[in-house]
Amino acid sequence: MQFQSEMGKSRRLIELFWAFFRIGPATFGGGYAMIPMIEKEAVSKRDWIKEEEMNELLAIAGSAPGGVGVNVAAFIGYRLAGVAGACAAVLGITLPTFIVALLFFFSYSFFEGNIKVEAALKGVHAAVIALVLVAGYRLAKSAIFDKTTIAIAILSLAVLAIAQINPIIVIATGTLVGLASIRIKSWLGVDTRTHAGKKLFAGKETRYPEYYI
Amino acid sequence: MRVKNFSREKKPGTRNIIYEKVDNLLGELFIAFVKIGLFSFGGGYAVIPSIQYQANSLGWMSDSAFGKSILISGMAPGPIATNSATLIGYQIAGINGAIVSTIGMILPSFILIIIVALFFYKIRGKQWVKATLYGLKPIITVLIFYAAFHLFVLGKEGSMLNWTIGATLVIVGLAVYGLLKYKLHPLWVIAGSGLAGIILF
Repeated sequence: MQFQSEMGKSRRLIELFWAFFRIGPATFGGGYAMIPMIEKEAVSKRDWIKEEEMNELLAIAGSAPGGVGVNVAAFIGYRLAGVAGACAAVLGITLPTFIVALLFFFSYSFFEGNIKVEAALKGVHAAVIALVLVAGYRLAKSAIFDKTTIAIAILSLAVLAIAQINPIIVIATGTLVGLASIRIKSWLGVDTRTHAGKKLFAGKETRYPEYYI
Repeated sequence: MRVKNFSREKKPGTRNIIYEKVDNLLGELFIAFVKIGLFSFGGGYAVIPSIQYQANSLGWMSDSAFGKSILISGMAPGPIATNSATLIGYQIAGINGAIVSTIGMILPSFILIIIVALFFYKIRGKQWVKATLYGLKPIITVLIFYAAFHLFVLGKEGSMLNWTIGATLVIVGLAVYGLLKYKLHPLWVIAGSGLAGIILF
């Protein structure tokens, strides 16, 4: 009996690892590009987690530090098989990108100096800037919507641009300011909206934020 | 493939000293990336300024080497945050550096997510969770735009670069338009921009 449950557990770990391992390599465009594939593997194909749970999980995984794909993997792995399950799932989703990133780096080093490759990379450089800008724009739509959020954005931009300060300090300070302002607002009886509109996390089509990272 | 050591010089010495140095380097990498990972709200792009700050203040690598790492991280599949941890770790301390940095990057959010998983049904929809995000998201937005600006500035120095700057701006503009208006897949945008780069530069 004991032996059989051990077998079942390690089989589950291997299954977790394999399911997330297959998702990793196909996710150009970062975290949120992984989500539809994770949903397919974990919700429709394997029934590891329920659809409604998945929606809330995405909201939380997107807000916690770290990549949303890795966070979702850790959560599902943990729910299914504890800490070992979380490790298996995260290892599965990270290992392929780890290897592929190194392979990209090696091939770049190999071709370094080739005029055509250098030119192509300059183009790709522009594309990566565009991806970053689009991610910023998408987040801005849901993040900056009232006076307080505008003020926080402008102040943190000024601090970052003028002082050579660790961004981590800006993040920590700004979060406290946001918390305090909501406290003060509710104390004063002012409207304490914390989202741009009510659409976010509500409708079927906005199950996860539109921005991807 | 040789590991390039950008700013640190390994002075010749006894084996012990070298090993000790490597150990310290791995420890330094791990701690730095745990710090970055702990505050990596918003995942990939918002993390770039934090990584750059750490890389600068610890003298890890030159700006152009850093820019290249970010560039390749953005091109490769997967989250740009873990990818750049992998590549920067690799360039500083070889394959062990890559492993240590990647684990350091993931570990804080990993632990946090397990805690969240434990209290999942208790914390969802709570006001303080929303209030935290309320102040956090504008800053993440700023960090992302800040990262875009720094990426643009990286590797553009000296004279006669008007052509490069102009062409880069054109590609950025077209790519943004394609991504927003036509919802093009990032992979196609990257491939198309690579081709455009061959023609323009």
